[in-house]
Amino acid sequence: MTGEIGQLALCLALALALVQAGAGVMGLRQPQAAQIAAGAASGGFVFVALAFAALVYGFVTSDFSIADVAHNSHTAKPLLYKITGVWGNHEGSMLLWVLVLSVYSAAIAFMQRGGARLTSAALGVQGLLAIAFLLFILLTSNPFARLDPMPFEGAGLNPLLQDPGLAFHPPTLYTGYVGLSATFAYAAAALITGDVDRAWARAARPFILIAWIALTLGIAGGSWWAYYDLGWGGFWFWDPVENASLMPWLVATALLHSALATERTGAFRTWTLLLSIMAFSLSLIGTFLVRSGVIVSVHAFASDPTRGNVILLILSAAILGALALFAWRAPRLESGAAFAPASRETALLINNILLVTALAVVFVGTVYPIALSAFDVRLSVGAPYFEKFFAPLFVALMIVLPFGPRLAWQRGELKLAARQLLPALAAAVFAAVIVVVAVRPRTIFGAGAFAVAAWTIAASFVDAALRARARTLGVAAMSAILAHAGLGVTLMGISGTTLWRLESLQVLAPGETMTIGRYDLRFDGVRLVQGPNYRAAHADLDVMRDRSVIGHLAPERRLFPAEGQETVQTAIRTTGLEDLYVALGDDRGGGSWTVRAYVNPLAPLIWLGAAIMALGGAAALGARLRARLWVPARAPAPEHA
Amino acid sequence: MKTLLLAAFLLAQTAAAAAPAPETLPDPAQEARARALQKEFRCLVCQGESIDESGAPLAADLRRLIRERIVQGDSNAQVERYLVARYGAYILLNPPLTTDTYALWAAPFVVLLLAAGVGIAVVRRAARRGPE
Repeated sequence: MTGEIGQLALCLALALALVQAGAGVMGLRQPQAAQIAAGAASGGFVFVALAFAALVYGFVTSDFSIADVAHNSHTAKPLLYKITGVWGNHEGSMLLWVLVLSVYSAAIAFMQRGGARLTSAALGVQGLLAIAFLLFILLTSNPFARLDPMPFEGAGLNPLLQDPGLAFHPPTLYTGYVGLSATFAYAAAALITGDVDRAWARAARPFILIAWIALTLGIAGGSWWAYYDLGWGGFWFWDPVENASLMPWLVATALLHSALATERTGAFRTWTLLLSIMAFSLSLIGTFLVRSGVIVSVHAFASDPTRGNVILLILSAAILGALALFAWRAPRLESGAAFAPASRETALLINNILLVTALAVVFVGTVYPIALSAFDVRLSVGAPYFEKFFAPLFVALMIVLPFGPRLAWQRGELKLAARQLLPALAAAVFAAVIVVVAVRPRTIFGAGAFAVAAWTIAASFVDAALRARARTLGVAAMSAILAHAGLGVTLMGISGTTLWRLESLQVLAPGETMTIGRYDLRFDGVRLVQGPNYRAAHADLDVMRDRSVIGHLAPERRLFPAEGQETVQTAIRTTGLEDLYVALGDDRGGGSWTVRAYVNPLAPLIWLGAAIMALGGAAALGARLRARLWVPARAPAPEHA
Repeated sequence: MKTLLLAAFLLAQTAAAAAPAPETLPDPAQEARARALQKEFRCLVCQGESIDESGAPLAADLRRLIRERIVQGDSNAQVERYLVARYGAYILLNPPLTTDTYALWAAPFVVLLLAAGVGIAVVRRAARRGPE
């Protein structure tokens, strides 16, 4: 019964999306139609949410008459994984995609930012996207398709996905991916209405921020998940699907900065519009790459070429449509911004040049093997390629970065900025010296990376101190300070763990000890443990330092009989500055097991830095909302940036 | 002969207690070379992972194979040639510069130069207008 309710709700949502798209366009002329579009957006959200709830209900009650549930769930699965399993498969994840889209449509309708015409046009664009994706779901990926006869038991969920990470990672990432649809819709709306003034940038900004925060957290969370789940101590694999999430992040970061200039001084108007279109286009390309099966990846579960073709069609229509609109309307826009070479605008421009190049590296590296496979040439592009370009680009970005906040809009003083940043330079030199003198093995890369990280972090402190003295340290200024410092912290984590990781692979019999770094690990043997839907080989290791036990680690290997797959459960002991990371290898007989241990110096900083970046984004968002909710009379929003 | 010695050595290692796993080489310099090398090859049956970070049996076999070649005195380039001859260029995560990959390696530089060129033009034009 719930299946039919879900199906009906999706059909009604499709009808409302049609209304939303039509009324949205008509709303450019008629205020009443604009109101209808807003109502349709809210209604569309209600029905998609209802459909989603119906699918969740199907999973929770293990209703195997629904094919999607039968193929991806199992009665023995813990409740959490029954719920998260809803989006651990193709159909459900597309429904989640549309749910997030409808939330954004409703938010656009509710907030009515940038005036009735802009809102109406943006809702029209969102409506078109909703039509395309609802049709895609109903025609090629129906989550409510029935099975007859109904199987007695479900096929289960990929054990790799049976992890709390699945509760957090896809919804966050989709909030980011699809959040860029709102930015895209506003950009298209601005091109349609022709009002490409600062108002549209102001209207789009909260959505850029939300999408950026969500992408930052989603990518960092996914990287952390891979780190503790895959059992090899790595945190980023340059897997095509990771790249698919990194590309929108790079563009969103560029967009965040360029939109700042557009909003403040009207600079880079057309460029900001183009970036908005690019950002969502890359989200769509990411969806295509993951869902079509053109790439092999851990994420590409149940992909299907037919669906791929349909997504390719939607993607081409959206991207080409938007670019055509851009080509038609953008040349009419007057781009009259004036600024001196030494100004914040120039700093933001350099930021954009480097980020777009970084994007090109990821894009070309990801798409190249796919393109060549059309000519029957099989080659791989992996970490060594990406790292060669990414490292220098981000180092350059972070060297230039501290100058941005220290330069005034339109005309800044480069010499003054350089003088103000001298303490940060001192910190950079100090960090390099410390690394060279105190850390073994000695690497020139390590000294360089820590100098750059220290430079960025110290410059954030300098910026904060100078603003505090000038009494301009508002929430908005804090957001940039935090985000930039967070990037420095992440760089420290990445360099620390890449350059100074220790690893050891040993065969241990019960009672034996292995040494890694300052730690001794005493192996107390393996016992069999029964989990809710798995059997595990559970190892006990005592962590010792200077012959006294300081902790206990229990890595496992889990066998999931329903799915017939095995997973590795790592055990990590962190001091906040260093992770001791242990994974259980294979059974060597006679009670002996292979044990893989790593010491990953500074690894926690990778995710701490990302969290600080996201906090910076949240501060910017908070400054926005406060300006909007509490001081509505003072538009444009007060800002000290 | 060398293979036999290696095999004997591996057996001895498994028998010894609390020993490094038989996959690792006793000579730290050779082991470090093997570790660096295995980041450069793709695990052919996995999903975009290098053989350095894969649990697949094939990846383990390849890790062992790399060590065998190193013990036999192969240089890094020789190990690479050996693997490419056996498994094709697909195994290389770092694609070599060939006619197939000119565009791949050139693209980042082209984009950077283009973007920088446009950027310089934009700054010049903005500067000519002069801040009011």
